[in-house]
Amino acid sequence: MTVDDLQELSEKELQRQSGKKHRILYCSAAGCVSCGSEKVSDALKAKIKEHALEKECDVVGTGCLGLCGEGPLVKVKNDRTLYQNVDVRTAEQIVESHILNGVPLKDHQTDLAAPFFTSQTKIVLENCGEIDSERIDEYIGARGYEALAKAVNEMQPAQVIEEIRKSGLRGRGGAGYSTGLKWGIVSKAHGEQKYVVCNADEGDPGAFMDRSVLEGDPHRVLEGMAIAGYAVGATQGYVYCRAEYPLAIERLKLAIKQAEKMGLLGNRILESQFNFRVDIRIGAGAFVCGEETALLQSIEGKRGNPKPRPPYPSEKGLWGMPTLINNVETFANIAPIIRNGSDWFAGIGTEKSKGTKVFALAGNIRNTGLIEVPMGIPLRSIIFDIGGGTPEGTEFKAAQTGGPSGGCIPSDQLELPVDYESLAKVGSIMGSGGMIVMDSTSKMVEVAKFFMQFCMDESCGKCIPCRVGTRHIYGLLDKISKKKGTQDDMVLLEELCMMVKETSLCGLGQSAPNPVLSTLRFFRHEYEELLQPVETYQDGSAPVADFTNG
Amino acid sequence: MAVKTLTINGDQYSAQEGESILAVCRQHHIPIPTLCHLEGLSTVGACRLCVVQIEGNPRLLPACTTKVEEGMIIQTSTPKLEKYRRMIVALLASEGNHVCAVCVANNHCELQDLAYQVGLVRVRYPYLYPDKKLDATHREYVMDHNRCVLCTRCVRVCDEVEGAHVWDVAGRGINCEIVSGLGGNWGDTQTCTECGKCVMVCPTGALFEKGVTVSEMEKKKGFLKYIITARQKKEWISQSE
Repeated sequence: MTVDDLQELSEKELQRQSGKKHRILYCSAAGCVSCGSEKVSDALKAKIKEHALEKECDVVGTGCLGLCGEGPLVKVKNDRTLYQNVDVRTAEQIVESHILNGVPLKDHQTDLAAPFFTSQTKIVLENCGEIDSERIDEYIGARGYEALAKAVNEMQPAQVIEEIRKSGLRGRGGAGYSTGLKWGIVSKAHGEQKYVVCNADEGDPGAFMDRSVLEGDPHRVLEGMAIAGYAVGATQGYVYCRAEYPLAIERLKLAIKQAEKMGLLGNRILESQFNFRVDIRIGAGAFVCGEETALLQSIEGKRGNPKPRPPYPSEKGLWGMPTLINNVETFANIAPIIRNGSDWFAGIGTEKSKGTKVFALAGNIRNTGLIEVPMGIPLRSIIFDIGGGTPEGTEFKAAQTGGPSGGCIPSDQLELPVDYESLAKVGSIMGSGGMIVMDSTSKMVEVAKFFMQFCMDESCGKCIPCRVGTRHIYGLLDKISKKKGTQDDMVLLEELCMMVKETSLCGLGQSAPNPVLSTLRFFRHEYEELLQPVETYQDGSAPVADFTNG
Repeated sequence: MAVKTLTINGDQYSAQEGESILAVCRQHHIPIPTLCHLEGLSTVGACRLCVVQIEGNPRLLPACTTKVEEGMIIQTSTPKLEKYRRMIVALLASEGNHVCAVCVANNHCELQDLAYQVGLVRVRYPYLYPDKKLDATHREYVMDHNRCVLCTRCVRVCDEVEGAHVWDVAGRGINCEIVSGLGGNWGDTQTCTECGKCVMVCPTGALFEKGVTVSEMEKKKGFLKYIITARQKKEWISQSE
């Protein structure tokens, strides 16, 4: 395939789409599938057939439409109408009333002018819920692979890296390292073979951003990886996806097959000298494999144990070769940056955090779902405008970002701009994008205990502070939550948290105490209320913890 | 190879490029407690006892895996480091079922030595008393998981020096366990050569020879240096430590 062929294909697809009177989109992402969107799509298709509307009507399964809490979702695109909580009967009515007679249903309609939709800025999710993720033509019709063609044909690898660096894009996996800098390091590292790895081992409880991108727009990730491969000089890419995402894996496999068939992956991409293959590696259910050194061990077929850094993967990664590791969302940002230029991207967001961030909004909030917002948006906008606030009769208490590695942000910080630096300042992290909202019914000690149990279960067991430390922190939290704790236990808890944070080998252990430390920082009284009354000695002094010993 | 100069605890030292901080400290008799590290085996940086403070670095780094750099300013012993080391040994003590008085390795045990070295006099964490097994199916040796500290020395020596890879780690977190073969009895494995290297590198009484009783299991680690030197330099040194 040449660039002209690509252009032709794109035009052909757009023509095909505009030839149809109606384009009915139903959400075929995991959330809606689990509440019956497949039955809905069957009903839609059956009714369309019954009324012989196939020629003028497309029924398309798309990626996530966003408002996951109200699924299954169906969108009639040309009329800009979104239906929520669609069941088989409603689906039939949509065809008979809306499509056939042009009268949209009154019930089940979602207000598309609501802040949930209007306050978002979509870059990563621009195709999610718009195109059929299983047809490469639709992606090409949405300017897909245009950026890869531009990079391979018109740009030198160094120019691509410079463009990414100038865009200010930072790693979306959590730490926020400059993507351009990382690419530069890998491109300069020496090695006979280099690798590009996509980290799709999204494991934070309550997070489903990467899953939605892979399910809704897998080609975007592949295109980003191929551009990265071209930029750093790699010819082999791996997507490391967790086994818990079977639908994402299936769609990725299909996408790779389609792209290879069209000469957009594989040898001599777009008739250039650039070769790039992508293979999938499936995780075996360990959270720690999201940590990059453990992930690489797992790809190599070994036990997924983290290794001390340095050496960093960018110098010595897969099989000792320079390896670029980025997260799904980071790769999903690459194509639009190359297509629209770094200035465009750098114009969105704040001074130090550019672009947008996808969040999975979950917990005690009205609109649960997948959202994409510009960096620097106040937390209040996310929770109250987009999220619609907490359920009736409750008050917003805190939001947890960064999952088990992050911290909570209390209600007096609602004006906080959501960017890397501001979140770090209040003791949380951006993380990969899980946002769990807690209301006045949530108990913070229980929250901390939940995350600590998660870390304890997911610790690989290699280093002592994480293996045994998380176990004892969990034990102390359990004791306190059962009202059996004492002031001494609080001292022990805080000491242990600091020790585990400072001495653990990898990111999992180093960040595991964060939920405890942050709930202690903002909600200390909730811990203290649960403590047993301080018994005093006969002379009136309180018992003092023994600081001198281990 | 380039020479690097660095400051450790206020004194200046020189070191060769590529050397670890721990190696330099050992050469100059600067005490740093270690457990998973053993000269001759690969370093894994797992026990975290050798963490040191390096000026300009917010993180504590393990001396065993961190390479020397020009102008490094290192503190190997601060009140915080000492406290953390004590806490780590206390965590180990609470994790297993360590009862020195009835242990074959009593008086020859690195965990016991460590407890003295870091000044551990009391364990403030509740003992977990895990339900661990003992594997005495091997003809010559016994593996008592109650005393295992998961340093993985046995795993590494068997894989790297003997080349048999009988041992590995199974499970996660606090439920990690050393397994032989694919998780069966040690005595049933086809790969064990009965060389006893794992027994000798084991820091505690977890691996021991059959027939020994309390305090009788002395671990002789001199063989490791002897084998490695012979292999790498073709020199035959004395096996005594």
